[in-house]
Amino acid sequence: MTIRCTTIRRRSALLSIAGVLVARGALATPDSTKEWLAGLTKGAPKEGKVTLKAPEIAENGNAVPLTVSVESEMSEKSWVKALYVAADGNPNPGVAIYEFTPMSGKAEVQMRIRLAQTQKLVAVAEMNDGTLYTASREVKVTIGGCGG
Amino acid sequence: MSDDIKPRLRVPTTAKKGEVVEVKTLITHPMENGQRKDADGKLVPRLIVNSLAVTYNDKPVLNATLEPAIAANPYLAFFLKVEESGTLKFKWTDDAKQSWTAESKIEVA
Repeated sequence: MTIRCTTIRRRSALLSIAGVLVARGALATPDSTKEWLAGLTKGAPKEGKVTLKAPEIAENGNAVPLTVSVESEMSEKSWVKALYVAADGNPNPGVAIYEFTPMSGKAEVQMRIRLAQTQKLVAVAEMNDGTLYTASREVKVTIGGCGG
Repeated sequence: MSDDIKPRLRVPTTAKKGEVVEVKTLITHPMENGQRKDADGKLVPRLIVNSLAVTYNDKPVLNATLEPAIAANPYLAFFLKVEESGTLKFKWTDDAKQSWTAESKIEVA
């Protein structure tokens, strides 16, 4: 527990130093997040089909539960090929990439992620026919949950 | 240090034909994100588990690419459609090219 607390403090301290020294350069931005996603996918994603489930307010930015699901029958004809998850306020925009197959049965993954600050999560799903769907969700992060 | 790294699985042992089952995985790994500084103020180099590959009867089910934004002891839950009895195999790989494997059998009743 102590270790976790110091990590948070160290991280928030680091973040504030980074903020002062290089303004916004050290962190991902909505633009760099778009670039990261655009570098992996071709074309413009449509809103819909993707659902992001995460707490509205995360007390501990070190492990925020996140569930991403994509509507799809997951059959040999129609399945979700890949799912890209990004966060626009972390040092790097990428969070994870999942490649599914029809054997997945259901395009849903649960993970725990790190969030450096309050920010927007973005997920883009690529279907087997190349169409793209996206959704986003903001998560507020409370730093200093250890009395700091 | 790598002795502490252990994969853990929660996979059903039986399933009905065509059933979609939930698979839960976790590997104890610090997921050093390359942003943290040690006591001397030196940046701790990045060392994360960057991929998990899952196969069922040697056919791919899920490939995950993980970034430093994944929390320590990466947990991942996903689904698998079971059409026949078989073996679910997992392989995690980290930045130092170390890998860990695990497997679990599922029987179709």
